[in-house]
Amino acid sequence: MDPRIIQQIVVPLFQVLLVIVALPLAIAYLQLVERKVLGFMQVRLAPRRVGWHGLLQPIADAVKLLIKEDVVPEKSDRFLFTLAPIVTVVPALVALAVIPLAGAPLTIRGITITPWITDLNVALLYLLAISSLGIYGIILAGWASNSKYSLLGALRSSAQMISYEVPLGFAVIGVMILTGSASMVEIVNRQKAAGLWYFLPQILGFFCYFISAVAETNRVPFDLPEAEAELVAGFHTEYSGMKFAFFFLAEYTNMIVVSSIVTILFFGGWLRPFPNVAALGWLENGWLFLGPLVLGAFLGWLFDQRAGKDLRFMFAGGLLGAAAGFGFAWTDAGGLATLDVPVLSGAFWFGLKLSFFLFMYIWFRGTYPRYRYDQLMRLGWKWLIPLSIVNVVGTALVVTLRG
Amino acid sequence: MFRTEEMDINMGPQHPSTHGVLRLRLMLDGEEITDVRPVIGYLHRGVEKLAEHRTFPMIEPLTDRLDYVAAISENLGYCGAVEKLMGLQIPPRAQFIRVILAELQRIASHLLWLGTHALDLGAMTVFFYTFRERELILDLFEAFCGARLTYNSMRIGGLLEDVPRGWTDRVRHFISIFPEREHEYEQLLTVNRIFLGRTVGVGILEPGEAVGLGVSGPTLRASGVDYDVRRAQPYSSYEQFEFDVPLGKNGDTYDRYVVRMEEMRQSCRIIRQALDRLPEGEVRAKVPKYIKPPAGEVYHVVESPRGEQGFHIVQTGGEMPYRMRFRSPSFVNLQALPVMCKGRLIADVVAIIGSIDIVLGDVDR
Repeated sequence: MDPRIIQQIVVPLFQVLLVIVALPLAIAYLQLVERKVLGFMQVRLAPRRVGWHGLLQPIADAVKLLIKEDVVPEKSDRFLFTLAPIVTVVPALVALAVIPLAGAPLTIRGITITPWITDLNVALLYLLAISSLGIYGIILAGWASNSKYSLLGALRSSAQMISYEVPLGFAVIGVMILTGSASMVEIVNRQKAAGLWYFLPQILGFFCYFISAVAETNRVPFDLPEAEAELVAGFHTEYSGMKFAFFFLAEYTNMIVVSSIVTILFFGGWLRPFPNVAALGWLENGWLFLGPLVLGAFLGWLFDQRAGKDLRFMFAGGLLGAAAGFGFAWTDAGGLATLDVPVLSGAFWFGLKLSFFLFMYIWFRGTYPRYRYDQLMRLGWKWLIPLSIVNVVGTALVVTLRG
Repeated sequence: MFRTEEMDINMGPQHPSTHGVLRLRLMLDGEEITDVRPVIGYLHRGVEKLAEHRTFPMIEPLTDRLDYVAAISENLGYCGAVEKLMGLQIPPRAQFIRVILAELQRIASHLLWLGTHALDLGAMTVFFYTFRERELILDLFEAFCGARLTYNSMRIGGLLEDVPRGWTDRVRHFISIFPEREHEYEQLLTVNRIFLGRTVGVGILEPGEAVGLGVSGPTLRASGVDYDVRRAQPYSSYEQFEFDVPLGKNGDTYDRYVVRMEEMRQSCRIIRQALDRLPEGEVRAKVPKYIKPPAGEVYHVVESPRGEQGFHIVQTGGEMPYRMRFRSPSFVNLQALPVMCKGRLIADVVAIIGSIDIVLGDVDR
């Protein structure tokens, strides 16, 4: 085949397919991780019936949702009722197109595979625009269900998402002023050139963004639209089977998108810590020992659960893994330590930071009660919006004064 | 062409946070409540009528099923009423063990309340923490009488049997670890800004209104009215124990939370005193084989975890009561709901229902 055809058509198709196939799987396991972590926080055992330590639970859940009866309420608007989940999930998936996983493209036999689907020069605007579209799905779902609870949930949700879009947008502007660019790749490259992650100069912007992002994704403590204690399940009360799964998919995709944006804008994306301190160059290959560390800790944690001990095995496993990784790197077995694969290193650091923010989501869910509707609005309009505007003006002033 | 109208929304009887089969008709103006009408009766079993066809010992299991979250308090109140009618003297050991059981039950009941209340407000984790400790108490009850929910734990005239060997040490162990655990819940809630925002100033019940509506228990005391049956009309030797009656200032949801949290500490204090001074001896008075109380009328109240639990028996002689009437605190306290909810938001209704701590088995009887 003509390499140009491969480059122009096959590679993008492959990338898109990867997102569509791998993402639901990743989300299924993200959900298992969420349940496991919550289980640990809540002194209970989380799923462990299906597969070893519940590792096949997500598959079982997916199969259940697929074969479940797809109930459409009699008095609902059938067309909109079916359209709503699609309208919700598509923008969430499409947003992933501009998220870069690593810095440098991979070249195999003259064909370049970029770790992003497209590097749009207006990526940030694109993301803001696309994420606003998701609201339509929620409003349609609430309206089409023809249920009072769904309608209330949808109204709350749209009010909430529209309110929090404003600080979200303002928080991003700070970064755009600093870099003079709205391209995700360019923003990370500027952070590398500046030698620091932008959460330091943009600490206010970071907080505004992250809080708004949690609200935007309708997660605890801002999960009012689906506050089960009040509105049963909010806008998706009437949904079941695959249609429900679509809302679910959209929520978790949004979590991943939003966490990725935080990572890229404020935490240097795929950059290692202290990206231009040469003495820390070995961190480039951090996955060599951090990977075994995480793996060892995870296995140890599983043993902890079985033995009913406090995290003893987890620490032991982590230490053992780290030691093994260090030994590996020290003896340079297989020449891996001197191997320079920027994609691998970038994806590792990106994944680590992304996981941290996803963990924050779960942590919030384990800790916080839910805001009340008016309190939520007050927080958004009286605190986050003024703060993010202050951030924009402050950043602009500093950038102008320093020339 | 355009107009706004009030939305009539039906909350319950199947709803995650009406704590059973309570049905509320909410009139909404947007999200604001203009009126609340509780609709009850979905769990009505006619316990009072059933009691007219049971002998006195057979009625006790019925009382278990009134307030099934705090069955021991019901047992205690019912047995107390019959004993008062018969003029029985209960051995001091039995009285002390009853106090220990009732106070453990109060802690267990308040733990269930705390967990579900926090769950209603969206804080999931507290629920699992409180159930961890409630489990310990249920284990104690199981060791004592073999049951974990409907205990039928007492007999008219005392107890069926003495506590098992080593039981008092297990109780001691529990009250030694409990304050620390309670501190854990408070770290999750008392200092949490969101929790404070959801509870402070929400669902205020003025002391005058509270008394007027006949509200009792922690809900009354949170409004600042100093009334606790355990101190006002001591029963089962409560006069021998030293304890404080915690009071609230504003009568809001937060005060009801604080009052119940403090009550759990006071319960530990009572249990500790009872264990230290637990007398030796019999646990059951001399009771005739067939219980036939003399004709007459008696009203006996106890302080259940939810409030003033009353038992009114009309007896004409014979093995079965002529008329039986239960004054259940949940039923009376529920009347305060519309007063507390007016002008609040839907989310507040959930918080307020949680804070009155109703049990539908007790409301509907």
